[in-house]
Amino acid sequence: MNRYADPASVRELVRPDRIHRDVYLDQAVFDLEMSHLWRNAWVYVGHDSQVPKVGDFYTAQIGREPVIMVRGNDSKVRVLPNRCAHKGTKLVSAQHGKCQGGLLRCPYHGWIYRLDGTLRSVPLKGGYSEEVQADALHGIGELNSHNYRGFVFVRLAAQGQGFQEFFGESLTSIDNMVDRSPEGRLEVAGAALRYMHDCNWKMYVENLNDAMHPMVAHESSAGTAKRLWDATAPGSPKPMVIEQFTPFVNDYEFFEKMGVRVYPNGHSYTGVNFSIHSKYSSVGEYEQRMYAAYGEERAKAILAEARHNTVYYPSLTIKGAIQTIRVARPVAVDETIIESWTFRLVGAPEEMLARTATYSRLINSPTSMVGHDDLHCYRAIQEGLSSASSDWVSLHRNFSAAESETVAGTYGATNEAPMRGQYRAWLDLMTRSESAVP
Amino acid sequence: MTSAVEFLYHEARLLDEKRFDEWYELFSDDALYWMPLIRDQPIGEAHTSLFYEDKLLLKVRIERLRHPNAFSQQQPSYSQHVLQQPMVVESGADQCVLRTPFIYVEAQLDQQFILAGTVFHHLRGNEQGWKIQVKKIELLNREAALPSIQLLL
Repeated sequence: MNRYADPASVRELVRPDRIHRDVYLDQAVFDLEMSHLWRNAWVYVGHDSQVPKVGDFYTAQIGREPVIMVRGNDSKVRVLPNRCAHKGTKLVSAQHGKCQGGLLRCPYHGWIYRLDGTLRSVPLKGGYSEEVQADALHGIGELNSHNYRGFVFVRLAAQGQGFQEFFGESLTSIDNMVDRSPEGRLEVAGAALRYMHDCNWKMYVENLNDAMHPMVAHESSAGTAKRLWDATAPGSPKPMVIEQFTPFVNDYEFFEKMGVRVYPNGHSYTGVNFSIHSKYSSVGEYEQRMYAAYGEERAKAILAEARHNTVYYPSLTIKGAIQTIRVARPVAVDETIIESWTFRLVGAPEEMLARTATYSRLINSPTSMVGHDDLHCYRAIQEGLSSASSDWVSLHRNFSAAESETVAGTYGATNEAPMRGQYRAWLDLMTRSESAVP
Repeated sequence: MTSAVEFLYHEARLLDEKRFDEWYELFSDDALYWMPLIRDQPIGEAHTSLFYEDKLLLKVRIERLRHPNAFSQQQPSYSQHVLQQPMVVESGADQCVLRTPFIYVEAQLDQQFILAGTVFHHLRGNEQGWKIQVKKIELLNREAALPSIQLLL
């Protein structure tokens, strides 16, 4: 029996201004996250441009659920359990590909499904009674999914919050990322950088809107880049890599004034007023193409919105201003895969994609000097928290007892409000009664 | 002039002995140090890579490794390159391309991981010796979720 099976014991782990270390360390808590939180939340699966044609599929693991994102004969993108209704064999094992003949055929006994998850045929079907044929042979079913401007999410629980209700106004960050394409369309540009993090998934998610760490953790990388550039070519135009590195070591005042907005259900974004991306040089004809597409006033408004990181709790973090996303895929209590995807702004000059690809590599790759120090800190927390000197992890910074139940609001960005908001959501998603498998 | 093959063994030794400043000098000013992310990836930045570094970025990397606040190197990492016999796959008057399968081990206290792959060196030579113009590293398991690769292959 899971020692946290009683919701009352889970509630003991979260206080308004602190959390118990078990949320990062305990296998029983992780098991509950898999069976509750990752099933009750709307979790990012993939982008519909990864399956451009009928029969194209992409596979992912959502919590413990292996899923297939597939484009059906009606062009609709669906998310199906990647599990044969017979013996449970995964129907497809490749990361992505095309369903032969527009059907999903189990590699073991040849059960065949249509792209909407319904069963098409079973070899020697007569071996099953008419009763079983009527009741049991109904296919693998379709999961609750929602395609928001190309971004496909799934809620594994049969009942629960609707998509719009769960994300609410935080969807404006996806809007801004898509609107940055002169055609209002994004395309995934190739494969993801996949970075194995030997830490709990929440350390990564919390860090995205932690504005108190860059000037400390990234001094050795971004600070060195800034110093070398200042010494070699003072005043000359910065190469793209220097432009991308140096704002990481801006001062506390910069990060405080950038601002953070916290939404209900754990979502938030930093960069309400400006961000580390605000001062990037313009690239080629991009701005002209945006003016032509939207009119100058509207285009300028889109480009002026340069949000830093938006967290779509618990799985997706995006940087619309530089067209990259990072996806957290928990593997174990102390193991998480972080995927970084780069996007093409359809209709924009190709140099924009080079800028995106450069940023992903510099900041999000397993070879990233910035990433090395972030992951070092997450691992150091994972190891440090085994200390029995305290059970509690502090989220006190700028805490006020008057904070609303969801912590929603706009704050100076060095506030730990986004993390407090995440743990209110965490508790809610962990203790909702409805987590039934559809 | 040393042979191109000897030059490559020397390069690997400099890395494993952390003689990064000497290693840096092996590269031409317009050099590219590249580890593609996908198979048959064309040169350029239309697709992201694991490494795509010019000399400026390599300099940042080297300087960062000895920065007192490079926290991920508080406990230092060490590398070991094991090279298979390099083969010349193209050669001209003052340049050549070598193909070298390798095993690379990176260790940090109790943790160690192993990568395998093939490296392609595009070398240019003159009286002073060889310079690396392009070092392209094709990792065997480039699709995998990789750990922090903190040193240089």
